[in-house]
Amino acid sequence: MAGTTITDNGEKQRTLLGADELILNMGPQHPSTHGVLRVKLKLDGERVIGSECMIGYLHRGVEKIAEHRSYQQFAPYVDRMDYVAAVSNGLGYCEAIEKLLVVEAPPRAKVIRTILTELQRIASHLLWLGTHALDIGALTPIFYCFREREEILKIFEKYCGARLTTHAFRIGGLQYEAYDTLEKDVERFCKAFEPRVAEYEELLTQNRIWLGRTKGVGILKAADAIALGATGPVLRASGVKWDIRKAMPYAAYDQYKFEIPTGKTGDTYDRYLVRMEEMRQSRLICLQAIENIPTGPIMAKVGKVLKPPPGEVYHSIEAPKGELGYYVISDGTVQPYRVRIRPPSFVNLESFDSIVKGHLVADVVAIIGTLDIVLGEVDR
Amino acid sequence: MADEPKEKQTPPVPAGEKPASSPSPASTPPAKTDAAAAPAAPKQAAPAPSRAPVSLQTPLNNELVARMRAKFGAAILEAIEDRKQAILVVECARLAEIAKHLRDQEEFDLLSDLTAVDWPKREKRFDVLLNLYSFEKNERLRVKVHATDGEQVPSSVGVWPTANWLEREVFDMFGIVFSGHPDLRRILLPDGWQGYPLRKDYDIIQQDTVWVKENLGIESGQ
Repeated sequence: MAGTTITDNGEKQRTLLGADELILNMGPQHPSTHGVLRVKLKLDGERVIGSECMIGYLHRGVEKIAEHRSYQQFAPYVDRMDYVAAVSNGLGYCEAIEKLLVVEAPPRAKVIRTILTELQRIASHLLWLGTHALDIGALTPIFYCFREREEILKIFEKYCGARLTTHAFRIGGLQYEAYDTLEKDVERFCKAFEPRVAEYEELLTQNRIWLGRTKGVGILKAADAIALGATGPVLRASGVKWDIRKAMPYAAYDQYKFEIPTGKTGDTYDRYLVRMEEMRQSRLICLQAIENIPTGPIMAKVGKVLKPPPGEVYHSIEAPKGELGYYVISDGTVQPYRVRIRPPSFVNLESFDSIVKGHLVADVVAIIGTLDIVLGEVDR
Repeated sequence: MADEPKEKQTPPVPAGEKPASSPSPASTPPAKTDAAAAPAAPKQAAPAPSRAPVSLQTPLNNELVARMRAKFGAAILEAIEDRKQAILVVECARLAEIAKHLRDQEEFDLLSDLTAVDWPKREKRFDVLLNLYSFEKNERLRVKVHATDGEQVPSSVGVWPTANWLEREVFDMFGIVFSGHPDLRRILLPDGWQGYPLRKDYDIIQQDTVWVKENLGIESGQ
């Protein structure tokens, strides 16, 4: 039962603990919190009856920094938000500023962007799968996942010299031409990747322990998911077929065929299946894209000094974790007047409290993992 | 910015170095009031005619706007389109009511984002804006309200629960109070933090020099 609520000086409400209740702090140093998330759990024995996420440990004031940098100078900063999917962050930012400038990246740049972003989605999901399985107690997948992720990071490294915080794209297109064997490398990866996904599934999908730990755990119903603003795989696992790549296509996604996987019950197991299928779909997109990379310039005509016409724009993309939005206001000078970043992890984490209630402490770990948050993005 | 078309700035492609007589951001006059004064005239939001037409912002006049004006009349202050994105400026006091209507009648069921912008030179210095999305129509809408410092903005938590954390973040960064919010506390910064970082008058260098002086007892090198 909940504690008694008393009024303190008529302003603050303080909730007292019941006789059987206990407050447990998890994090900020707990390994399963994937960074510096602190969760305050209110327990009745092993059962969670309330929770509160304490965030902000990694707050760097990215939005304030943006107001003190030029448009190009700020671009590398966005890589440091969701640092396991830096390419996606960069794509969203560059496209938002392009919209603000009313320019469009050339077709060749768009296709190369799409390939790299889809590879990044696979890499991000692989990291999620490895750590999520590790949290739940499956030790093997993480080694397999890192093996494949390494291949993707090598492609990034060959392309732009960086593996994690890549800053791969520029406002208006690309700085670097695709290296000679990019298509071949991507193809080789995609060919090898298909049996690998089957391998992960073999380890987990029918595994009795995995089923026991994920089925029926952390159910988020479609209506609740929408009300709580969840996006990305979390929303799709609840049965809402919504993917920005399809709904409001950007980059070159309108040229490719792919499916949007959805779940039914919205539990941890469904979110797992959705992400597994998404990796397969991303692989298909990459294969389609390398078949026909248009020739031509890779950079649109933008000046060295960017002064977007005054106004504002909101642009969002389907990042691996959900809707990543940039709301940028220009006042006609070289620095943005305001940059607001709509982080998918932050909003998805908001649903944590409602889905964790009634579960056991051990399930908390599974639920944090299944939401796939990155604290760099939650705190910005 | 959103509401006040700035002087020149030739459109699309940014004009290289050429300092395109860009006006200071602050030169925005508090012109919002005249929009409020002219109630239902659908086109009243047109940019001040005396200036060279500038921005990519044009008055918006679609069916949704017509329906909203018919329902809420003078509470819909402005309807603008900027780079093909719809913006609706509404009266602050009636935000909760309008939000509920938008969700229930116009099917904007997803609150993508809620944030604020500070325009210190303006009489009503804050913009609070809600980025809405409708699955049914595959359409976005930005709802904006203007608020003075200290004015309470009606909370949207009752309409979209996701506004809970988003409004806390706005409170944390701008000090805007949302009336009716169940738990309005700082979210990213520590509880004892002084000031509101995303306000324009919150100077990062000053913050640093004060901190260095207090904690290290020396003058800051910045």
